Order: sequence, then structure tokens, then C-alpha cells
Amino acid sequence: MAHFEKANSIGEWLDQRLAVETLKKVMQTEYWIPKNINFLWAMGMVLAATFGILLVSGIFLLMYYKPDTATAFDSVNYTIMTEVGYGWLWRHIHGVGASLVFLIIYIHMFTGIYYGSYKKGRELIWLSGMLLFVVFSAEAFSGYMLPWGQMSYWAGMVITNLFSGGSLEAYGLVEWIRGDYVPADAFLTRFFMLHVLLLPLVIIGVIVLHFGTLRIPHVNNQDGEEFDFEEAAELYKAGKVKESKVIPFSPVFLSKDVFVMGIYFILFFYLTFYHFQFAMDPVNFDPADGLKTPAHIYPEWYFLWSYEILRPFSKDLGLVAFAVAQVIFFALPFLDRSPNVAPASRRGLFKYWFWIMLVDMLVLTFMGKLPPQGIWNTIGLVAALTFFALWIALPIITKSEKKL
Amino acid sequence: MSNRRDFMGMALGGFTALGGVAALYAMKRSWDPLPSVKAAGFTTVDVSGAQENVLNVEKWRGKPIFVLKKSKDMKADDRDVIVGSDRFHVSIGLCTHLGCIPAYIPDDHKFLCACHGGEFDASGHEIFGPPPSPLEIPPFKVDGTTIVLGESGPEYKKMLDAGLTV
Repeated sequence: MAHFEKANSIGEWLDQRLAVETLKKVMQTEYWIPKNINFLWAMGMVLAATFGILLVSGIFLLMYYKPDTATAFDSVNYTIMTEVGYGWLWRHIHGVGASLVFLIIYIHMFTGIYYGSYKKGRELIWLSGMLLFVVFSAEAFSGYMLPWGQMSYWAGMVITNLFSGGSLEAYGLVEWIRGDYVPADAFLTRFFMLHVLLLPLVIIGVIVLHFGTLRIPHVNNQDGEEFDFEEAAELYKAGKVKESKVIPFSPVFLSKDVFVMGIYFILFFYLTFYHFQFAMDPVNFDPADGLKTPAHIYPEWYFLWSYEILRPFSKDLGLVAFAVAQVIFFALPFLDRSPNVAPASRRGLFKYWFWIMLVDMLVLTFMGKLPPQGIWNTIGLVAALTFFALWIALPIITKSEKKL
Repeated sequence: MSNRRDFMGMALGGFTALGGVAALYAMKRSWDPLPSVKAAGFTTVDVSGAQENVLNVEKWRGKPIFVLKKSKDMKADDRDVIVGSDRFHVSIGLCTHLGCIPAYIPDDHKFLCACHGGEFDASGHEIFGPPPSPLEIPPFKVDGTTIVLGESGPEYKKMLDAGLTV
């Protein structure tokens, strides 16, 4: 039996049994954050908070939702929206949250790309973050199936058809994923399971991993400056707060995070209460009908760029392009051959690479929403080719980059 | 001592792997289409009342089936299904690109898919856009003035052998 002293407080009692003091130091009061950062460094905690809100609103939706092709549509559009007290609130929060979580993920990603926060010991942060992006995408797609409207059905049809692999004609695989020849009851119930259990579990696990990968290399700063965190921490602990380059994560940095979150949640709830329609496609208010395709099928805005990469090519080439586009961002830390960890503005050609990539993805996003006709097809094709040209150019231009 | 421990480790690892593979197989089988889904299956279409150049959409295994009676001025094709003296175009009404349902434009005698702009002629051949192959023909059997979907008749088998559909 281990030896225990009589505790004088609840805190001491817990500390003896759970080492809460050590835990608090490691994760909060002695987890050091550089001072030289800006509001973009708050996006991580903004994402964590949004995930929390999605979880809570999801729990309330789950109490009335019915995963059955005969009753799903009404359980959402009738029961939750008109009968359940404040049911509309949970649905609008859930829809707006799903959209905003991707907006912040993209900002978070491009912040990391701009400041070079995926390099020199920070590769795992980038990889686990990309993994989160992929799992969040699967979570968003599976959730989109649940109201069982026309867009749910046809998005399910088109996306599962991707797995036939074009000329490979792997229809057996597609039918296996669906559990039927077309998306039907078995399809809805299994995507329901994925959306409410398996994928959220995976997301929570990968979030823990993502935080873990951050602990040792620490977060980057606005200049990509490399410095001794131990030394800076000693200064801070010695009371020389001004001279030190760091602040503790909690409560000092977290209070700044909370301020940014405050601004963000004004936007969040403004959208939830006054502009929720943007996250509610009108076509999805028609019940699923396997014998009628909607005039235009397009995904939610956050998938449009990769959807547009699929569109302008022939079927096989389009599938290959689409598959490559989904995973190419994983390779970023290895395709960037430059030793410099610095903001893109100081990195010569990479500056142009960054801004062209950002603009190109915006162009792809807009073209993805427009019908596949005439000039839009051409612009889409050029933007898709530019996307791949940029990735081919990346190792070349970063290799020739001068060391700062 | 260490040998005994190694043996225990390998024995445990072996049985665990075996159980793991068995569990994976069970999981794979649980995702398979149910027997009731697979068995659900024959649709009989009576085409005696069909009008020329008017698309009729039937449902077979949850999928839309195009049945189009061709008029005399429409080009004959090896893929046509002949019932009595009439020629019919019969196909699974899902674009071979990614599975949207193309719309029929009677004036142009062609199918147009809104999703990615693919086009097919009235015999189901791809004529524009991303579709890589003609509209598929479902297994069928001609029985008097009806077409039975889901059953492979001699005409269907001939088309299959000739590579006119997959």
C-alpha cells in the first residue's frame, strides 16, 4: 500500500491521488506560448469550442432524429423543426457550426502554411491536423445524409459512386459501402452510426493527438524565430514577465483566446439567428427521390474546390485528380525543401506560391458552384491545372530559396 | 525462462491475429447488402401502350430504368430491344459518370445530365462530356408485349457477349 499523508484541502487530497498539480503545470501554467503571435493563433481554441458546440447541439438533435428512410425526413423537418421546443435552435446551430468549422479549419491551415508552421519538428502537428481535416470531412458528409432530402440522397449517390474507381468498375465495392444497389435504409443507418459514434470518437482521439504533437515543438511565432523555451520560461517564472518571450497557456494566453472566441461567437450566433439559410440548401427540403435528380448537384461550399477539380476532366483522370487533391496537402512538409521557417512574405517565390494557391482555391470554390457550361468550364479547367502546377513547382521554388 | 515467455507471447499473438481476422470478416459481412435486398427483384414493364419518343421511367432495384419507344425516323441500333415490330431503348437511367439521372430532350433525341454536363444519344451512346461509356442495359427478357427486368433473356445475353453493355 502506497503511503498517504492527511490532506489539508480538497486540492491537496486530489493532488496526492491524481497529481493534478503536475497535470496543471504540464498542460496549463507551464505550457509556454510565444508572445510574438497574433489573433490567427487563436483559431485552434476557436475550433475546439466549435466542436464542443456541435457535440452539444448534436446530442439534442439525436434525441428526436429517426434513422429510417421512411421517417428521417419528417423527424427533422417536422418533429425537430416545429414540435420540439427550441429544436430549430439546435438544428440551426448544428448546420451553421458545420459550415463555420470548415471556414476556421481553412483559416487555421492557411495560417500554418503562411508562417511555415509545418516544418522543423512541427511535421506531426501538420499531419495530425490534416488527418483531422479528412475525418471532419467524413463527419460532415455522413451528417449531410441524415435529413434524407434530395441533396442528401444524390450527394450519397455521387460520392459513393466515386469508389467504383472509374474504369475499374468496382460496383461490388460501391454496393458493399451502401449495403444496397442504391442509397437506401441500410445506407442511412450505417452513415447515422458513423456520424454519431465512430467518427466523433476518432475526431476526439485525433484532437488529443494534435494537442500532443504541439507540446514538445511548441507553437510557431510570427517571425518563425527559434528560441530557448526553457530559458524564456525561467525569466517569466522569476517575475521578469516583460523581458520573457513567453506567456503561460493558461490563464494568460487562454484569456486572449477567449477574447477572439467572443468576437467569433458574435458572428456565429448572428448567422444562427439571422442567416441560417446559407447552411440549409432549399433542394434538401424535398424528400429523397431515387427517380428524380435535382437540376444542379453541388456540395456544401467547403467541398466545392475539390469537387471542381473532379469536374473538368474525363472520368478516370478526374477521379485521379480528385484523389490526389484530397491527400496532397499531407505532403506539404516534405515538398517544401526550404530550410527557412519564416512568414511567406520573406520567402521570395514562396510568397507568390502562397497567394496564387489561396486565390486558385477561391476560384475553384466559385466555379464549383456554377453550372458546368461554357466559359465556367474553361476557367474551372485552368484553375484545376494551376492547382497541380503549383504542387509540382513547390519543391523546385523552395529548393532554390536563399537561406535567411 | 525467456524461451517459455517467447512461446507464450507468440501463441497469444497468433490466436489474437486469428481472432482479429475472423472479426474483420464478420465486420465485412455485416456491411454486405442483406439477402432481402438482393432478392428483391423483378420488374415487369408492359410496353404495349408506349408512345413514340416519350420517355417512360420505371423502377428496378431502386434504380430508374429508361424505356423509350423509338419512332421510325430515329436511328436503329444494336442495343435496341425489339418487342413485336417496335424498337425500344432500355437502359439503367444513371449517368455512367457518377450516377445522376439524365433528362430526356425529345426534340434533340438525346439525354442530358445536369450534374457534369454529359450527353447520350437516344440509343444511350455517350456523345459529349465526361461519361466514359454508354448507358448500361439492365438484364431483361422479352415476354410477349412485356419486358421483364432482372431476368437474363437470350437477347440480353447476346448484347452482353457482343460487349454492348457491361
